[in-house]
This record gives sequence, structure tokens and C-alpha cells, in this order.
Amino acid sequence: MKKVFLIIEREYLSRVKKKSFLILTFLVPSLFIAMYAAVFFIYKNEGESKKEFLVLDESGIFKNEFKNSETTTFKYVNGDYEANKSKLKNEKDLLLLYIPKDYASSNDIEILSSKKPGFSLLSDVEKQMENIIQNKKLIAAGIDTAILKSSKTQININAKQLTDEGEKDANIGATYVVGFISSFLIYLSLFIYGAQVMRGVIEEKTNRIVEVIVSSVKPFQLMLGKILGIGAVGLTQFLLWIILSTTISVIAGKFLAPDQQVIKTEKVDATATVNNDANPTKVQESPALKFINAASSINFPYIIGSFLFYFIGGYLIYSALFAAVGSAVDNETETQQFMFPITLPLIFTFIVGMNVIINNPDGPLAFWLSMIPLTSPIAMMIRIPFGVPTWELVLSITLLIAGFVFTTWIASRIYRVGILMYGKKVTYKELAKWFFYKE
Amino acid sequence: MLSIRNIVKEYAKHRALDDVSIEIEKGKIFGLLGPNGAGKTSLIRIINQITAPDSGEVYFNGEKLNPQHINKIGYLPEERGLYKKMEIGEQMLYLAQLKGLSKADAIKRIKFWFEKMEMQTWWKKKVEDLSKGMQQKVQFVATVLHDPELIILDEPFSGFDPVNAEIIKDEILELNKKGTTIIFSTHRMESVEQLCHHIALIHKSHKILDGSIKDIKNVYRNETYKIKYEGSLNLSQYSNFEVIQEAILDEIQEITIKLNSGISTNDVLLELIPQVQIKHIEEVIPSINEIFIQKVTALN
Repeated sequence: MKKVFLIIEREYLSRVKKKSFLILTFLVPSLFIAMYAAVFFIYKNEGESKKEFLVLDESGIFKNEFKNSETTTFKYVNGDYEANKSKLKNEKDLLLLYIPKDYASSNDIEILSSKKPGFSLLSDVEKQMENIIQNKKLIAAGIDTAILKSSKTQININAKQLTDEGEKDANIGATYVVGFISSFLIYLSLFIYGAQVMRGVIEEKTNRIVEVIVSSVKPFQLMLGKILGIGAVGLTQFLLWIILSTTISVIAGKFLAPDQQVIKTEKVDATATVNNDANPTKVQESPALKFINAASSINFPYIIGSFLFYFIGGYLIYSALFAAVGSAVDNETETQQFMFPITLPLIFTFIVGMNVIINNPDGPLAFWLSMIPLTSPIAMMIRIPFGVPTWELVLSITLLIAGFVFTTWIASRIYRVGILMYGKKVTYKELAKWFFYKE
Repeated sequence: MLSIRNIVKEYAKHRALDDVSIEIEKGKIFGLLGPNGAGKTSLIRIINQITAPDSGEVYFNGEKLNPQHINKIGYLPEERGLYKKMEIGEQMLYLAQLKGLSKADAIKRIKFWFEKMEMQTWWKKKVEDLSKGMQQKVQFVATVLHDPELIILDEPFSGFDPVNAEIIKDEILELNKKGTTIIFSTHRMESVEQLCHHIALIHKSHKILDGSIKDIKNVYRNETYKIKYEGSLNLSQYSNFEVIQEAILDEIQEITIKLNSGISTNDVLLELIPQVQIKHIEEVIPSINEIFIQKVTALN
């Protein structure tokens, strides 16, 4: 065991001491800072500009029905469509909301502006109009105002659901992003660190140092030490990233915190009394801030914990396979033929994951791919932010552990023969033969 | 010190070692000789516990070979190398620790050897900055760092320039004088002939001959002599010997003769001295290489 630690130590230190490790370790959080800065910047910009709507309502239904908020005000205007349109010129915060007489049948409601309006601005106006029409229709259907008032609670629930949906929308966005990023990181890191193991094995083989070392330790110990050492490098990198990123987030959060607080309390008010005439102004949230809010509702320790587990599990499986490939060849160009079956499940899962699983995280394909040990690290990381039943998680983890024990066993049987074979063009048949060699 | 008993080792359908038994005495230099592919490296890998035999046993100092013995053996493989990007000192430290030395001991021993081999300034150097000959020296030091009881050198002088080969040879002899047992494994039999006390010849996974060099040569010498002289002789008139070879070198005649049974060199000289001027006479002792070829042809 002491010898395995020596090998781990060498593999670890020889990589961590490299300049490229330091550069990568600090480059990624800097990108994170840049991203935060961008979000902050966008939020600042959006937050500052107040939009004014000129409501040209030919139907007359919406007169004085829109609610002003801190960032949007509604002004009701009369007159010609073209005349009003001309007012917009060079006014970047002025918008014209045009509602024709037959808006219901023609569906010709327009928002005109000199600058493209934001998505959330549009959806807010749409939502308000839907609410207004809904109320009007209920009244028109003969439901008197008393009943409407008494059924207010119900309408409120409806309205709340709507806003909830809005929130859920944002959350799905955040979940989506977290799933995407974490599975992409796993995908990438399995390749990066797996390839490092493979290159390390090839290096030892082509350097011809391997026979010197296996006269001191068992081939399995050497393989294990290399895999664990490089894995520790990966973990160190991730931990440094997490620590640096969290520190940055906390600092960045301090800047944003006061604004977020206000919005949160107002949101509660808004949802509670959204249809009340006396309701306070509904705050217009910027999408960026929405995302930050949604992101803060995600259980990061749980995500990070599962991420680290699936990284370790997936890494152990793939690095063992990569080590076996490295042992079978004399140089890196020969690895091609053996790389394909190893990278296939990775690439396949990633593509399927980004197209199918992320849109249907509880579907059968998502389920099976998150059970198979070769695919589960990527598939499961997409699903976890959406929520996965405990039994599925436990089963997936158990299968992953069993999977890496099994692949390590196979890989080590090929490895122990491969590292001592020189100048031989190896085929799959040959690999199978090696597997059955006695010690 | 090392007793190899009835080793059989098979790879897939190829039998690399077939019932090979060898005894190696403590403090001796032993030559494991045979052409490429005969099974030498397979046997060495078994002694180093890199692979295990299919049947048969190896005893080290009377104990059945076990992982504890790994630290008592120093092995210089035929396919040898070092980490290119690692500092020499660090590399030595790593390899010594893998052989079970503590860090402090390892540093002490590395310093000792670096001084002995005049490598003190190499500690911070990387392998890629060293010449091939320097790398070989480093490699040799790595093999002997942990003060092994048994040193196994597979094709030790291949790739060495003559100067370094001589240095290494002297170091090996010095270690042997202190009691270290040495195994040379090589297909270039002439390169170790003078060094070895004992040899074993391996051919096509079988041991075909073993014993002390002296004994083997005694068996294979066959009353053949080389004589150089000035003057001329009618060679066909002599009945005491048979001429195998004739040559003329700068006015000097050289003949290789085989004595007929019961005849001594003195008898021949008495006959020849009145006729010609004798310049030189020596017994032709077959080289191990020749013995090997003789033995293999005899087997066929």
C-alpha cells in the first residue's frame, strides 16, 4: 500500500506542479467572474431604463386597466395610429401598444418601438391583458361583480399559478443550465483526465521505465496509483474551482443583494394580490436577475456532491479503460482503433442527453441511460437538477460502483500484459487473449 | 542463493520456458546465455515476480520466492528508460523508495553513488538533457541504489559506449567482490565470457547446458592448437597431427592443428623445431559461442 501512495504522490505532484495546471485552475474562475460581471452589467442596464407605453386602445376595453410598475408606465392616448407611431422615433424607452377594435378576431395587437422590446416586457403585457380580458369575460358572462369578488380567491389562485409558472419557467431555465453545465463538465473532464491517464501509461511504456517499476510494484498497483493520482489532480482542480467560484459568488452577491431583497418582498405582495385593483406595482424583473434568483433556489451542495460522486465514478471507469488502451499500444497514434468504443458511449450519451434527456428528464431513455454505468455519469448529471427519485439514485450509484470494479478488473488484466509488449500491432483478438493469460 | 526448479511458462500457445532448472551460488557472477527469444527474459521476469510460472518454483536464499524478496533484487531490464521530464535526483529518490528505502536512506545512498560515479551535478538535471551514455549510468545507479543482494542485468552492455561499459563493468566487479550475486543475461555471449564464473545456455525454452566456465571449456577443448612459424614445411608428412587450417600473415605461417590421440604439444614441437622458427603456440579453446553452436547442432 505504501508503494501505491508513492506512485499516487508522484503522479499527483508531477502534474500539480506544472504551469498548465495553475493556469487552468485560475482561468476558469476568471471566466466565472466575467460571466457574473456580464450578468450584473445586463441587469444594471435593464434596471435603469424605464419604459413608457402609449396605449392606443381602439376597443376601449383596456382603458385604465393596465397597472404601472416601477419600470413600466402606461399612458392612454387617442388619435391616429400613424401619428402615434411617429412619436416613437428616437425614443428608445417609448413603446406603442396598439389594440385594434377587432383585436379578438384579428389577433392584430401590436407593440411598436424603436428598440426591440425585451421578452419579459412582452410577456408581462400579454399576461396583464389576458387577466383583464378574463375578468371582463367573466363579468360579461353574467357573473356579477359580487360573485366575481367572492370567487376572487380562486382567481387569485389562478393568477398565482400564472406567476408561479413564470417563476417555474425561470427555474426550468436555471435547472436546464445547471444540468447542462454539470453534465458537460463531466463529459469534458472524463475525456481530459481519461486521456491523461492513457498518455501517462503510453509515456511509461515508450520511455521503457515501466519494466523497472513493475520489478518493484505489481502492474495493478502502478495502474491504480496512476489512476488515483490523476483523479486527485482532477478533484483538486474542481475543488479549487468551487472554492474560488463560491468566494466570487459571495462577493458578487454582496453587490446584488440589496436589490434582490426588494424584489423578493415585492414579488410576494404582487402574487398575493395580483388582481386586486389596489395592488401595488408589480416589479419588472430582468431575466438576468430572475436567473440569479432561480439559481439561488437550487440545492447546490446536493448538486456539487452528486457531481463529485459521478465524476469520480465515471472517471474510475473510463480511466481504467483508457489505461488498458494505453498499455496495448506503442504510441498515441495507434490508440485510434481502441478509442472509438470507449468514446462512443460518452459522445452518444452527451448528444442524447442534450437533445432528449434534458427535455424529458423522467423518460425511459433518461432512466436507462442513467442506470448503465458507462453512461450514467453524464445522463444522471443532466437529470439531477430536475429531481431524481431516491431509489433511482441509489440504484444508479450502486451500478456505477459495481461497474467500475468490473471495468478495473478487466482493464488491469489487459494492462499487466500490455505494458510489457513492445513492437506488436495489437488487435482486439490479441487483447482478448491477454485477458485470459495466467499471471 | 537462487534455486530455479522445473519452471514452465506458457504464453497462449507458445511455451517460453520448458522445465528449466538452474542453481545460482551466492557471490558468483552467473551468465544466462542464449539467442534472442530463447526464454531468458521470461525467466528473469519470473525471478523479478513480474510474472508467475505456470509450474515450478523459485527459492531465494532457501525461501520460496515472495514479495519481500523484491526489495533484495536489483533489475536492469533490456528495455529500460527513465521519465524524461523528471529531475534525475527526484527520479532516483522515487525508484529507491519504490524498492522500500526510507526517504532519508535513499537520499544518503543516492549521494554516495552520485559521488562515486561523478554525477553530483546531475541532481537537478532532466533526463532529456543527458547524453545516452549518461542516461545509462543513471540507469545503472538506479539498479544498485537499494544495495540488493542479487543484481540482474539484461543485455547490460548494449547501447553503452566502450568507456562507460568499462566503468560499469568495474562497478559490477566491485559489487561482486563485496558479495553481491550477479546475473548477466545476454545473447552476445562473448561480451560476458570473461566475467562469468558460471553460465547456463538457454535454447528454444530449454536449458541445454550449464556449469562453471572452466568445466565446460574442459569438456569442449579438443586438443587443438594454433602455431605460428617462419620457414616452410611439408605438412602432409606428419602423422602426429592433422591440419585444420592454414594461413600466411606477413611472411609468418599460421596453422591450426588437431593433435592425434596420445600426442602432446611437446612431441609436435620436437618434430617441428629443427625445420622452422617457431614464433608462437597456443591452445585453441572454443568460445562459449562456439560451444553453443556445437551443442545446438549436436541436439539437432
